[in-house]
Amino acid sequence: MTTTVHERQQPDSARYPAQADFGGHGNVTSESGSWRAVEDRSPASRTGIWVGLAAITMTFAAFTSAMVVRQGSSTDWRHFALPSVLYLNTAILLTSSVTLELARQRVRWLARGLQPRCAIPLLWLYVTLGLGWLFVVGQYAAWLKLRSEGLYLATSPSSSFFYLFTAIHAIHVLGGLAGLMVVVWRFSRPVPTLRLSTVSTVSYYWHFMDLLWVYLLFLLWTRI
Amino acid sequence: MGKVFAATLIVIALASAMPIILHTWEPPADISTHGRLIDEQMSETMAEAGVAFLAAQLILAWLVWRFSNRPKNEKIQHFPGGARGLVAAAVIVVGIEVMALGIFGAKAWAAIYFTPPSANALPIQAQAGQFAFYFRYPGADGKFGPIHPEMVNEGNLNFFGLDTTHDADSKDDIVTAELAVPVNREIHLLMHSKDVGHSFFIRELRIQQDFVPGLDLAVHFTATKPGKYEILCTQLCGLGHYNMKAYLKVMSQSDFDNWLKQKAALQ
Amino acid sequence: MHDKSAHAARHRVPPTGFIRKYIFSTDHKVIGEQYYGLALAAVFIGMVLSWIMRIHLAWPAAAIPGMQLLFKNGAPGGVLTPEYYLQLMTMHGTIMVFFVLTTAPLAGFGNYFLPIQVGAEDMPFPRLNMLSFWVTFGAFLVAIAAFFVPQGPPLSGWTAYAPLSALGEVAGPGQGTGQVLWAVSIAIFCVGQLLGTLNFISATLDMRCQGMGLMRLPLTVWAWFITACISLTAFAVLMPACILLVLDHVAGTSFFVPSNLVVNDQLQPHAGGSTLLWQHLFWFFGHPEVYIAIVPAMGIVSHVLITNMRRPLLSHKAIIYSMVAIAFLSYMVYGHHMFVSGMNPYSSIAFSLPTLAITIPSTIMVLIWIGSLYGSKLRINTASLFALGFISMFVSGGITGFFLAQPSLDIMLHATYFVVGHFHLVMAVAALFGIFAGTYFWFPKVTGRMMNETLGKVHFWFTFVGAYCIFMPFHYLGMAGNVRRYQAFVDDFMAPLMPVHKFITIAALITGAAQLIFLYNLIHSRFWGELAPQNPWEGTSLEWSIPSPPPFDNFAGKLPVVYHDPYQYDIEGATNDYVMQDSPASINSVRGEK
Repeated sequence: MTTTVHERQQPDSARYPAQADFGGHGNVTSESGSWRAVEDRSPASRTGIWVGLAAITMTFAAFTSAMVVRQGSSTDWRHFALPSVLYLNTAILLTSSVTLELARQRVRWLARGLQPRCAIPLLWLYVTLGLGWLFVVGQYAAWLKLRSEGLYLATSPSSSFFYLFTAIHAIHVLGGLAGLMVVVWRFSRPVPTLRLSTVSTVSYYWHFMDLLWVYLLFLLWTRI
Repeated sequence: MGKVFAATLIVIALASAMPIILHTWEPPADISTHGRLIDEQMSETMAEAGVAFLAAQLILAWLVWRFSNRPKNEKIQHFPGGARGLVAAAVIVVGIEVMALGIFGAKAWAAIYFTPPSANALPIQAQAGQFAFYFRYPGADGKFGPIHPEMVNEGNLNFFGLDTTHDADSKDDIVTAELAVPVNREIHLLMHSKDVGHSFFIRELRIQQDFVPGLDLAVHFTATKPGKYEILCTQLCGLGHYNMKAYLKVMSQSDFDNWLKQKAALQ
Repeated sequence: MHDKSAHAARHRVPPTGFIRKYIFSTDHKVIGEQYYGLALAAVFIGMVLSWIMRIHLAWPAAAIPGMQLLFKNGAPGGVLTPEYYLQLMTMHGTIMVFFVLTTAPLAGFGNYFLPIQVGAEDMPFPRLNMLSFWVTFGAFLVAIAAFFVPQGPPLSGWTAYAPLSALGEVAGPGQGTGQVLWAVSIAIFCVGQLLGTLNFISATLDMRCQGMGLMRLPLTVWAWFITACISLTAFAVLMPACILLVLDHVAGTSFFVPSNLVVNDQLQPHAGGSTLLWQHLFWFFGHPEVYIAIVPAMGIVSHVLITNMRRPLLSHKAIIYSMVAIAFLSYMVYGHHMFVSGMNPYSSIAFSLPTLAITIPSTIMVLIWIGSLYGSKLRINTASLFALGFISMFVSGGITGFFLAQPSLDIMLHATYFVVGHFHLVMAVAALFGIFAGTYFWFPKVTGRMMNETLGKVHFWFTFVGAYCIFMPFHYLGMAGNVRRYQAFVDDFMAPLMPVHKFITIAALITGAAQLIFLYNLIHSRFWGELAPQNPWEGTSLEWSIPSPPPFDNFAGKLPVVYHDPYQYDIEGATNDYVMQDSPASINSVRGEK
């Protein structure tokens, strides 16, 4: 352990910025009718969401390897055609990401005082929410289609993995929807208490659900 | 109290090493062709581990004895060479030792697993199930009849699920509860599990291999000394796991032929 | 630009009311204590289970008083049935590994001290933190519930190999509902741990106070951070495995159960699954898990030793890099649990090489600890005794791992008591010693009172000598061929080994009883212990700069500024022989190399 010679020390604020305001900087707040934003620095929530996404990635990686091994361990894999509604759902989910970005952009404008009207970000948020719910309903429709063909969870390993992947993804999408609803709720309050970092976090999560879905679709398309 | 710690540690270290040094528990007689490599590997590893163990514990004891509760005015000293020397020692000495043992130790592993059985190895099927081992010899036609899992019936002693009425190859198969082999003859043991995971451990033969449901695995070995040896199940398989065992009987070729004839008559 | 006044104005309000202060609290200190309390309850349950197991092993026909009242079906007349032994064994392992060794060192101490040591007021996501504890507690309740279903808990071991664990009730008592409860409990536990890792990683990277660069973090923070990173990937793989296992039970799927299995003369309805898949998924988690158990202890022991040696370690970076190396290698070695599993034999060699290589960073750490003792001014107290004991135990356990790392030797040692001895020494003893060292060291900070030193030392001696008496003989048993997971030893060659088993049982009962001294000390000192000064051990890290016990927001609204590396001991010209991290005093002397 080397100790070095120091002069009487001054805190090195440039190199070690003071810890992010724990209580919640980066607020988009409205005080007496006018918008005001505090500097958006919440690296903790950004780190947090990346950590969370890493965990979700590992979970799906484990499921993927389970599928690969299971497919190779026996000859009972029954291929079937993916319900076509899946492709529509994909389009819906991708669109929802676009609308979410539009919403986020407008929230940021609002925070910088560039666009005084509240309504439009809210509109795009509602559109995103709507598309998200539509996606989940669409996934359920895909399940109904499979059931009508006699393909249930335990019918064959391929159907098992189809239901498993789509269900676990849908559960995570529901989590994302909950996050979006929190954003909408905080934004809609008489005195909005929405943080920019919250919007970013929820957005990263939502876009990741998109990417994850594209990956899963590819996986299912090539293997089921 | 530092000195008490040191003294206790020295006693513990020496007491722990005693049974090893005194060879209190030796491995059983080796009746295999590859066992010598394993036993040598074990001895070498034990010697190196023993030296490392004693050195570490005794040095730790000495340092605690020497440097605990020193007077306040004494100065802190630095280990000669500092961290650099120690890290270098760890990487070079331990690293080489460890990797060498690992790489050379692979020889014993290779002897068992990387070489295929010879063409005239005697094939014997072994089936593990809750909670017994059964063995099947192919009989005069040298072929094993097909297994019909739906026909397995322990009550009727049809352990393998053979259909001797319809399958010609099954008619002369010999099913036994003990594994008899001729001495100095290579055996190709074909292993499968009837239900859950089991394992096959014969200490004298220096063999341990899991039975994995869904997989047809095999080991091959040659027993070099006649005798009766215990086969233990070592993979937790349920409430009877502790009692799941069979016997390996190694006998002369003529004794084996007689044994096989006797068993065939009982089928 | 940081608006300090705004920050001061958003000063956190302390919670009021018993529920918000002690039950559903978002305060990382309360959460840490809750985790510790959970681990304490779990360890006593696990220990009692081990006593019952040990008594049964030494005296299989003995009627254990009280057993027939607790477990009517499992112990008629007080004598354990074979299946009940295995069921208790399964729960012993599960409770100890998950609810003691994964909770106390990381979630217990880490939650309490990581925010303080990085100079933060709390974890970055306090509500998620609270959720993580209650989720873990829920998992614990589900696991305990397995004792109370009609057929009892599962008997497949904490490793729950398929198909025994996937076939259902046909495979054995407890394999139906009990096994499902087990799998659900573990899956819930994984969620709790993942929520925890979010906080640990974000706190270390983003919540450090001014002046706290990464290399100024105490080794405990590094250990918790690295462990959280391992946790992240490991638990994220175990959860899917448990989900698939539950589906095999309740949904008729066949992920892990192959075709053509016959149990009780009945062909099982499953088809096509892969037995080895469970093993791969489980051990991909399982091996990093054991490092999750030991790395925090390595951090705690380093921290305790440094403070008590009055000098820093010979190389701070070597310890950090070694822990990182161990974490990295831990993913590449898991196949050493599967050497004889029917896996490709070339894979066995491939897994064996990194397993042997992991000896190197472990040795570096041991040599650094030992080398730092040289020339130190070692203070002997209960905490430092446990830290020294850790080194001894870690060496012993680590060296036996060296045998098991070689596939050819594993042929003779796999599934014997040698393995049981190895993992108990490193986990049950070494990791536990880390927990004890941390407890005796930090108790004054948490409670404001000192633990009784005499009782502490008595506890240490019984535990240190007792643990060696229990677990060293396991290795001899293993070398003599004693197979593990047997409820009784019926083989001829086992007869001469029975006296060893009896010796172990008696040692276990005595050592176990001595833990009651620790429990008494903990409780008594909490209320009536000698009042503790703010910095009883003269430590340098930030936890010693705040009152004992700390205020609810740690730094009373004024975040610290750090000026020094941790572990500034042996400083010439310093008033005492140490300089605290947040002391503005400059340091004049230039000391030896890294």
